[in-house]
Amino acid sequence: MHLQRLLVIKSGIRACMYALLLAIPLSPPQASDSPVSHEAPVDSDMNFRIVEDTKPSIRDDGESTADHTKFEVLQGPFESGPEVTKACLSCHTEAGRHFMQSIHWTWEYDHPETGQKLGKKTLINTFCTNAKGNEGMCAQCHAGYGWKDENFDFTNQDNIDCLVCHDRTGAYYKTPNSTGNKACSVMFEGKQPIPWEKVAQNVGKPGRENCGACHFYGGGGDGVKHGDLDSSLKSPNRELDVHMDAQGLNFACTTCHVTRQHLLAGSRYNVMAHDTEGLGLPGERRDVATCESCHSDTPHSNTELTGIKLNGHVDKIACQTCHIPTIARGGVATKTDWDWRTAGRTKNGEGFKEKHYTQGNGAHRATYKSIKGSFEYGENLVPHYDWFDGQMIYTTIDTTFDPAKGPVEINGYKGTHDDGRSRIWPFKRMHTVQPYDKGNNTLVYMHLWGDDEDAYWGNYDFGRAIKVGMQRNNIPYSGEYDFVETYSFWPITHMVAPSEDALACNECHSREGRLNDLEGFYMPGRDSFRWLDILGYLALAGALIGVLLHGLLRKLFSRKNRQGDTS
Amino acid sequence: MNRQANNGDGTKVRQKGEKHYVMIYSRYERFWHWSQALLIFTLFYTGLGLHGLHDWMDFHLAVTIHTYAALALIVLWIFTTFWNFTTGQWRQYLFKEGVIKVIRFYAYGILVGEPHPYKKGLQRKQNALQSLAYMSFMLLIGPALWSSGIIYLLYDFWSGYDWSNQGLTLIAFVHTAAAYLMGTFVIIHIYMTTTGKTPTHYIKTMISGYDNVELTEAEKAYIEETHAISMKD
Repeated sequence: MHLQRLLVIKSGIRACMYALLLAIPLSPPQASDSPVSHEAPVDSDMNFRIVEDTKPSIRDDGESTADHTKFEVLQGPFESGPEVTKACLSCHTEAGRHFMQSIHWTWEYDHPETGQKLGKKTLINTFCTNAKGNEGMCAQCHAGYGWKDENFDFTNQDNIDCLVCHDRTGAYYKTPNSTGNKACSVMFEGKQPIPWEKVAQNVGKPGRENCGACHFYGGGGDGVKHGDLDSSLKSPNRELDVHMDAQGLNFACTTCHVTRQHLLAGSRYNVMAHDTEGLGLPGERRDVATCESCHSDTPHSNTELTGIKLNGHVDKIACQTCHIPTIARGGVATKTDWDWRTAGRTKNGEGFKEKHYTQGNGAHRATYKSIKGSFEYGENLVPHYDWFDGQMIYTTIDTTFDPAKGPVEINGYKGTHDDGRSRIWPFKRMHTVQPYDKGNNTLVYMHLWGDDEDAYWGNYDFGRAIKVGMQRNNIPYSGEYDFVETYSFWPITHMVAPSEDALACNECHSREGRLNDLEGFYMPGRDSFRWLDILGYLALAGALIGVLLHGLLRKLFSRKNRQGDTS
Repeated sequence: MNRQANNGDGTKVRQKGEKHYVMIYSRYERFWHWSQALLIFTLFYTGLGLHGLHDWMDFHLAVTIHTYAALALIVLWIFTTFWNFTTGQWRQYLFKEGVIKVIRFYAYGILVGEPHPYKKGLQRKQNALQSLAYMSFMLLIGPALWSSGIIYLLYDFWSGYDWSNQGLTLIAFVHTAAAYLMGTFVIIHIYMTTTGKTPTHYIKTMISGYDNVELTEAEKAYIEETHAISMKD
């Protein structure tokens, strides 16, 4: 049994957790061998970034011109990450400067078109709601060392975490940058120490597990956020993702998300929803992650009718819409609904969780957690479809809204059928009920993480957590909170199915198809002209009845005539 | 064998020439008719499916068949237009006098056993009502269908314009409306084939090509001399 999978539980709260863990059926077969031991199995959503399979997903392609085990500077000994970083940068002298431009470092994005200031540093989301003020926990997924509050030095290159992306051993991991309340911190205990020298000497281009260490687990657990990114993509089969197919093409993330100077193509904040350029020849644009950049904007065969017709769809339909028939197909569920209102219930003064959802791969998912509220999940989900021009308008901390006007769109998308740019895209739509400032009609920053008395993950007191969260970030707060429904939208682009599994025409071209909610344009098979159809039916039925009557009269009269003749 | 003897009883009216059993629908004309019929049935069936009125055929297959059948029909119509003009047969469709009489016959005369007011001839294969119906088929319903259909088929060439949405709606409307008219035409047309001497007489004629028509002396002499038209008696 891999030691990393073990969760060693030590103190008071642990007894409670332990009882709970034992009370529910546990999936990993290894665990059933020794149910009564100090080694509890990994909780599928507690120690959320631990993976059982630590083998690298990408085979060494033999392209590297350097064997890092031979570098003197990497022989160690190393005691910490920054020491390794120093060693890396002693050869890769410009890498630090490059990387500091990356959103993986800045967590900031100034949108060139909408002018909004975006990025995890400030945004509100529909999951744990805000990284801001909770960096001690959330910045585990910052590619740096030690960001726990506003004092983090973004100019110190030693703070860069090279290993989280470049470790090829699977032995590297990150933990929160500050101690949280005991209600949470248990999930990070009991890990094997990182073998720094081994890790430092075995670096390479990122595999799916590197990117996946954060991106598979966005929103606080496996597959929670995106629906098209979860741990099943570590070693997917062809049906799950034709490009990442471990036995086939075995693409790394960076095969499409091409990098230049540590900047990755394919921004979610500024989506290229319609690539009209297509293929980039040598010397031309190549740093794009669109489907068209490899497949061109006429990807189907132009020598047969079906292909021609499908190519005709490319201007209005994103590739993803047909080629990703459903999301969360790999046995890992995605969260579809989160209700913060129920958070804070305790049993005997302690937080607890309930796991009433069993996902495709057999793991049990929490449907209730005291620290977060109630959840619903989905697998093999049909996405939400709509016109999308690539722009999203974010509801940020200073956006006011009218809570009576229905769900607040945290990242409402732009695009219409007649703007000439938008295409129909698939989205995962997340529905959440989360706190807001009742007096100012804005969203709120919550102080969730910390070992102080004000942290919600400890005191289960929304009023206090919000007040402190707002205060610490100098945001005006009316002092009164309530809950508001929100939506967030996640453009879908991974889990591309093999062509034979692409959507059939009638999935959309039918009276009850997937695009029934989209209005304002005529679509064959879905739409008709009510009055024309009624008139058409009347004409056809009238003609039919008319000729039948005429025929009947002919028959009657001919009999009569015959009788007349004979008489 | 002299056919005239067979139907001598009821039709001793206004006989100008002898009746002969001659091929009035040439091989090409019959090929045109039946392949057109098959294509129109195919198009109507798949078209109704594409319009969402039934789902007895996969949309993909229906689109494929509908498109190929449409292309085939367009090719057929191009050939036929050529044929009509080179053979002079287009004159058959010109407006003829006596439409009212023919309508009156079908509305009333046929019931009480009146003779048909129109006599078929080699140069007048269709009665006045038929000519009018086929003319409107060829000049109204047909063109409405093929022109809107071709524009529909070429949607991808104009889908980028601002007006493409309204354009598609309009084209779909015209195409659907014309299809309903075509369906109505076909129902009445099929029924009319049963109004001959026997219910299947006209269909047999359209299969074999032969019918019993009056020939003028000159026509008969010409046929006998040149064998330009097949005559069985």
